Amino acid sequence: MQTNTKILAQEFEYLAPKTLDETLILLDNYKDKSARILAGGTDLLVKMKTIDLKTDYLINIKNIPELNFIDTADGLKIGAAVPLSHIERIGKVKERYAALYEGIKSMAVIAVRNMGTIAGNIGNASPAADTVPSLIAYGAEVKLVSKRGERTVLVEDFVTGVGKTVIEADELITQVNIPEMNKNSGSAFSKKGRVKADIAKINLAVCLEREGNICKDCKIVLGSVAVKAIRVKEAEGLLKGQTVSTSLIDKIAKRASEEIKPIDDIRSSVEYRTEIARVMVEDTVRIAWERAGGEL
Amino acid sequence: MKKVEIEFAVNGKKRSLSVKPNDLLINIIRNDLFLTGSKYGCGIGECGACTVLLNGEPVLSCLTLAAAVDGKEITTIEGLAKGNELHPMQIAFLKNAAVQCGFCTPGMILTATALLKENPNPSEDEIRDYIRGNICRCTGYIQIVKAIKSCATEAQ
Ligand SMILES: Cc1cc2nc3c(=O)[nH]c(=O)nc-3n(C[C@H](O)[C@H](O)[C@H](O)COP(=O)(O)OP(=O)(O)OC[C@H]3O[C@@H](n4cnc5c(N)ncnc54)[C@H](O)[C@@H]3O)c2cc1C
Ligand code: FES
Ligand code: FES
Repeated sequence: MQTNTKILAQEFEYLAPKTLDETLILLDNYKDKSARILAGGTDLLVKMKTIDLKTDYLINIKNIPELNFIDTADGLKIGAAVPLSHIERIGKVKERYAALYEGIKSMAVIAVRNMGTIAGNIGNASPAADTVPSLIAYGAEVKLVSKRGERTVLVEDFVTGVGKTVIEADELITQVNIPEMNKNSGSAFSKKGRVKADIAKINLAVCLEREGNICKDCKIVLGSVAVKAIRVKEAEGLLKGQTVSTSLIDKIAKRASEEIKPIDDIRSSVEYRTEIARVMVEDTVRIAWERAGGEL
Repeated sequence: MKKVEIEFAVNGKKRSLSVKPNDLLINIIRNDLFLTGSKYGCGIGECGACTVLLNGEPVLSCLTLAAAVDGKEITTIEGLAKGNELHPMQIAFLKNAAVQCGFCTPGMILTATALLKENPNPSEDEIRDYIRGNICRCTGYIQIVKAIKSCATEAQ
């Protein structure tokens, strides 16, 4: 069906709360109706225009001061209303959280990053989301707040499938918390798209911690190869506690590519994704290892 | 649908409007404010023709609700020149023949001004990366990159 993307045809009420409390009351009031949180709108408005995703209420959270902060004191805490482009400009992100930095930089184009948010990227729950692999690799969590109280959930557990998360109708992601990186740790992100600004055919983040020549701890996370971003735990197991060498990295990459169960879709075939995953894991583990100060 | 009262500044001028919740900024700018410099190309964020500056930063007006710009400052291509005096980026585009049909030009120039504010002396790669969301069907980009580079050099 040809849709007219010049307009937004469907009708809804627009709500613009000014405080977090006000937002939580609205979410509670409308929890049994179809209400949606609007952040940057770069996923939501596209879907409302093109796949006819319906909503009766849009609650814009972009102007809530409590959600507009970045705290770099202990790890990173990023408010849900902060544009992606503001995150990429924080020195600590570039220096300490290279995989997150590279993931954000790879996303779309500057205008989309000026609008879009990290919470929206997680909340949209696309298997190709470019901030999610690094957030899982860092062990990041989202803070979910409702009138009933608050809880934190690991990003790894938050997304459960394509467009599916564990969020309740009255809950809001208020912030994303990323733990402080240990000394001697390093991370890297890579992505294959058709062109640079494209949605990923496959994306990947690695975060590891080094002790001498040994990899003390590591997480390897791949996106776009399953219904959600996944860790390749067998490959991680081969790396953990081992002396890192080029041949070990080759072995891990091979195992990772066997472990994933990629999908056939309009962007890529199973065969392509399996082979490219191997090459990408190999490169990305090596870069993360070198960033952690390791030698090969 | 309950209308939404908004107050915002467009090219420095305060505007008060009553908009529908599903009105897009692009259509308000073009149809209500008659500022037709901003173009509609794709409507889904892929082309950059609808780029405007929101509080100085490029955003896509085809994916922005008019209601959401309440209290903000919008700059369109019409707001760059000072009276009859063109903005240096506009002059650079003219001098370098970086305009053919002109459809991408408003978004391209606004994005380019934001680049130089952020990074006054960008390399060719940095320029190409920053404008990667502004699609041009005509020029092949070479003159556009040249224009942005020359504008940066002249400002130094
Ligand atoms: C041209 C274009 C290119 C793109 N390229 C990429 C790309 O390369 N990589 C990539 O990963 N993405 C890409 N995207 C998708 C999108 O820009 C990102 O996913 C972005 O981070 C979404 O953030 P947002 O604030 O715009 O979310 P919105 O569209 O506002 O929201 C997305 C979803 O999350 C929910 N949500 C938002 N905030 C919260 C919250 N605080 N609490 C609970 N739920 C919430 C919304 O209800 C909605 O369901 C692209 C989009 C466009 C238009
Ligand atoms: S019309 Fe807005 S990006 Fe194409
Ligand atoms: S000049 Fe025609 S699209 Fe760029």
